[in-house]
Order: sequence, then structure tokens, then C-alpha cells
Amino acid sequence: MSAVTKTVRIPDDSLSLAVGADALAAAFVAAGCTVERTSSWGMHWLEPLVEVDGVGYGPATPADVAAILDGSSALNIGAIAEHPFIKPQQRLTFARAGRTRPLSLEDYAATGGWAGLHRARAMSGADVIAEVTQSGLRGRGGAGFPAGIKWQTVANAPGTRKYVVCNADEGDSGTFADRMLMEGDPFQLVEGLAIAAHAVGAQTAYIYTRSEYPHAIAKMRAAIIAARDIIAPLHMEVREGAGAYVCGEETSLLNSIEGKRGVVRAKPPLPALEGLFGCPTVVNNVLTIAAIPHILSEGGAAEYAALGVDRSLGTKPIQLAGNIKHGGLYETAFGITLHDLVYAIGGGTASGRPVKGVQVGGPLGAYLAPDQFDIPFDYEAYARADALIGHGGVTVFDDTADMGKMARFAMAFCAAESCGKCTPCRIGSTRAVEVIDRIRHGGAQAADPLSTMPQMHNARKSARSVDEEIALLEDLCETMKFGSLCALGGFAPYPVLSALKHWPEDFTNGDVQ
Amino acid sequence: MNDTTRAQTVEAIIATHARTEGPLLPILHDVQHALGCVDAATEAQIALALNLSRAEVHGVVSFYHDFTEEPDPRPCVQLCRAEACQARGVEALVAAAEAAAGKRVRLATVYCLGLCSVGPAARAIGPGGDHLHARLTADTLAQVIENA
Repeated sequence: MSAVTKTVRIPDDSLSLAVGADALAAAFVAAGCTVERTSSWGMHWLEPLVEVDGVGYGPATPADVAAILDGSSALNIGAIAEHPFIKPQQRLTFARAGRTRPLSLEDYAATGGWAGLHRARAMSGADVIAEVTQSGLRGRGGAGFPAGIKWQTVANAPGTRKYVVCNADEGDSGTFADRMLMEGDPFQLVEGLAIAAHAVGAQTAYIYTRSEYPHAIAKMRAAIIAARDIIAPLHMEVREGAGAYVCGEETSLLNSIEGKRGVVRAKPPLPALEGLFGCPTVVNNVLTIAAIPHILSEGGAAEYAALGVDRSLGTKPIQLAGNIKHGGLYETAFGITLHDLVYAIGGGTASGRPVKGVQVGGPLGAYLAPDQFDIPFDYEAYARADALIGHGGVTVFDDTADMGKMARFAMAFCAAESCGKCTPCRIGSTRAVEVIDRIRHGGAQAADPLSTMPQMHNARKSARSVDEEIALLEDLCETMKFGSLCALGGFAPYPVLSALKHWPEDFTNGDVQ
Repeated sequence: MNDTTRAQTVEAIIATHARTEGPLLPILHDVQHALGCVDAATEAQIALALNLSRAEVHGVVSFYHDFTEEPDPRPCVQLCRAEACQARGVEALVAAAEAAAGKRVRLATVYCLGLCSVGPAARAIGPGGDHLHARLTADTLAQVIENA
């Protein structure tokens, strides 16, 4: 062993733990090293990634410890900061990823932490909101509503009791940026919330996150306690969800915090005017709030507004997931194409097979076929293609995927997770599963017995052909899109219609389950 | 645990949330954790303390997947079967996982553990603790279930 103890850095976020980071850290301690537990760089195919003097080794196991320490390991990826996955990124929100210890106030302050809050507190709330508006920041949860306008509405609303709520209920498959931020840089979220509360005049901030994220909950709670004196007099608390996907919708999230069933509320009234406990409330996604400290730092708003394209300004943390070779977190300015993300950065599929399609924006996002991969990552460009950016999750599927089955899954998921308040979502999703099943079985053999009952005057009495079933499905999707109260029922048709458009053969020739 | 100690446990939990805004979910989480379920008697007790009807409390308990009306003391393995894990082949592991779990382990489906780039993923909760596992194969998943 060398005379000087070596310091190695190993992430401690839940993804690294799931692939054996704790055992690896223990092995380095046993070899006489000092182990620092940091956040993850976001190169998930290399986790657990060990950093020794800036050089990375991964994915490492305890058996690799000796070779890593004497520098002979074949897992050497070179200097991490220069890695082709990391170097081209424009990391603002994830600037500290991989570089700091998540719960170290010292590390946070040394990397520019609290500068935004101190500057904001020296300004009036109106001036803070003006800078947020100037930055062009739009809600990162999916709807893309301008953050400054939302804050302005809350600030102008009458009443003295106001709230800031951080929507950290990241239930979409293919997304993990909120989790990474809460586990890797919790103080940044604390700081962003403190700035938001100062700007709109709120006394209390809640972070609502999922019970499936125990590590994120623990880190956030510890961070709030550690930063208590800095954010005082603001009261901040983490609230734990209870396994309901729909609580990621802002109004059902508010009901959930209030201790009610997580059913959505009709809008208006907007939460900005009548939100939590009937008081004016800012509800923003984790990534929206986490972008705030940078924007409020000296010159941050102008720098942010200079990035991106058209009306989609700043950076977007994109999550590369599913069947992709180089999965992980890629933060870059808006405007990047799917082609670059999937092939140049992601390296194609993990299975080595051709890409069949990708789903962007979680379970409610459209499936995009390779011939659409030149669309720039931009809210409006995606909307024009009948797709959505959502929370920036990109889930890749190889050619073995059955898109008819994925379409059915989208509706089955919607049926399972519907809050039940509005009919198009509650009933429509179940009916859609049945119609998709009939299409995949080659059309109904006989008319629905319910439809042939004498009192069903307007129902059709004969069985439908496959084409008629498809027309029925499209009609039903239309009803759900425009008739649902929230995005769950309103967007569930997107994966279905896009799959039907690009891969109709998967509906008519697929393996029927 | 007999009825009196159960009631005392619940009373103590309610007391710790006396100053919490919207205390119902935090109370239910603590009760579920302490008692393994939220039964009818507990619903009634919480309803009385919070000035709600039992129907309102029951409505909340039955809405959320995390709260159960009956205890299930078995270890639990939550297997993620959402889109990203499906893209990485989780469906091919399900039959073997069910066989490995048998009646001893409760095999639950979860929609997303946030490990979407390294799926298939699972979370095991049992006497051995609460652990995440990723990059699962049929063999490693069987091992996770075995150890749960």
C-alpha cells in the first residue's frame, strides 16, 4: 500500500446503490482508501463509477479494486470531465453532478451555492420575478408554462398566506432527473424554493415526492435540517406520496398534501389563485425550481435566455432510458435532435438491435419513429408533431418491441391510475383497452351483448370490422384528449395514436396477449 | 399487539402530527409502518381525532396503493414493469419471478423506481432491509427474491 492514503469518490445515489456501490465502497475502505460519497455524473451504464484523481473507472466491482488502485484496470475511461458524454453537455441545473458530496454544506457553498438566494433576498420580490421572466424559464414538468408569469400571479393574488409547492412526484417511466437532483444536489432545490418563497411572499414550502423514492426523501429531509438557519424564517417540509401516479398532476397533488384522496380539481380556479388550503400557491417541478439559483446568480438570467431555440430557452436535462447503450442524464440547450440523442450520444440500443421507436415524455408521451428523429427538442416543434417533451425522458425500444402491446399498456396504465373524477379518463381508458384487444384479435366475432339490448337505442347491433374498430378507437382517443380534466386522460391517447400511426402492423399482426 | 396497545400507538402517532398542516397522509404512513395496515378501528380512531367521518378516512386509505386494510407480513419484492423496464426485457422475467416468489414472498408490480437506464429494476423490502437492485437477469432476480 502506498504511504499516502488515496481518496476515491463513489456515488451514493439510489441507482449506484442498486448496482452495488456500497459493496464497492466497502472494498476500497478495506484496501486502506478514504472514500468520499458523491453524487452521480449521470453516466449510468458506467455505474458504479469510481473516480480516482479525476480519472474514472466503471462499471466497477469489488474484484477491480486492486487494479484500479495501481492504475492497470481496463475499466479506465480517462478523465471524467473530458469524457465525450460529459464534455459537450451544458450543465447548469446539474453543474454539481458528480463533483460534490450531496449533503456537504461546505461543498455546496464552495461551488457557488446560496449566491442566488443572497442576491435575491437583497432584491424586491418583483425584481426577482422580473429576472425569472427575463430568463424565459418555462415549467419543466411538461406543460411548459412560463415560470415568471405563474409567480407573478401568485405574488399579485390577494391574501397573506401563500405557499410554494415543489412537484417532485416523478412517476413517469423513463425519467429520473428529479430523483438525481434530490439525491445528488438537494441544497439546490432548497435554495430554489427559498428564492421562490421570497419572490411571491410565501411562508411555507412543501416538497411532495413519491414513496418509491426513499433515498431522495431522506436526502431532502437531511438537507432541509442542515440548511434551516440559512432559509429561516421559511418553513420547508417534505411530504411523501403514497403510490398514486395521478398525484403528479398539480391539483391532485395539492389534495394529497391536504390529506384528501388524490383526485384532480377542475381548473379554474388556478392553483396560483386558490391552491393549497385555498391559498395562492406556486406549484413548480423540481427541475424548474432547481434552475432558479443559477438564474438568480449575477448575470444568470441573461445567460439562461441566451441558450435554447425559439421560445424554449435555457437547458433541459434529458434522460436517456430504456434499451439504450449509453443511458443517463444529458443536460443541454433546447434544440438537440433525437437522432443525436439516440445514436451519437446514446450509442444506439443496448441490445445492439435496430431502434424501432422512442417514447418521449413518459407514459403519456407519443412514440416517435426513426423517420421523425430530426425534430429539434423544443416544446412547440414537438407539439406540431403531435408529441410532447414532458419531463424530458427518452425511452428507446428495439425492433423486438410490440407497439400494439405498448399502446394497450398505455391505456391499461391510465385505467389503473385514473383518479376516477372525470368520465373520459375513468371509463374511456378501460373501453380503449377493450377496443385495442378487439383490433388485435382481428375484430369482434359478434356484436357486444350489451349493445344488442332493446333499451340501447343508439348502439350498433352488428359486429364491427377491424377498420371500424380502429375508427372507434380514434374517436374515443379524441374524446379523451379534449374531454379529460387533466393530462392523465388527456395525454394517454398520444402513445396510442402515435403507435397506431407508425406501426399499424403491430395492431393487426401482433402477438395477442 | 392487542387492541389497547394498538390504540395507544395510533394515539401517539396522531399526537406527533398535532401541529402538521394536512396531517392525514403523514399519520397514515406512520400507522401503516407501525401496524402493517390501517384497519377499520384505526380509521375510526383517526377520524375522531381529526374531526372527519370514517368514510372520509377510508376513502383516503383505499385510494392510495401504499395503505392496506389487512397486514401482510411477508417480505415484498417490487418489480418495475413500466415502459423503460419493458424496453429492457422485464416481461420475460415475470414468470420465473412468480415461481421463485411462490407464497413466501409478495411479488408486487411497481410503475417506476427511477432506475430507467439500468433496468430491469426491483426493490426488496423485508427483514434484511430495503434494497434496490438493477440490471436484473432471471438468475439475479431469483436471487433477490430468495434473499428477501
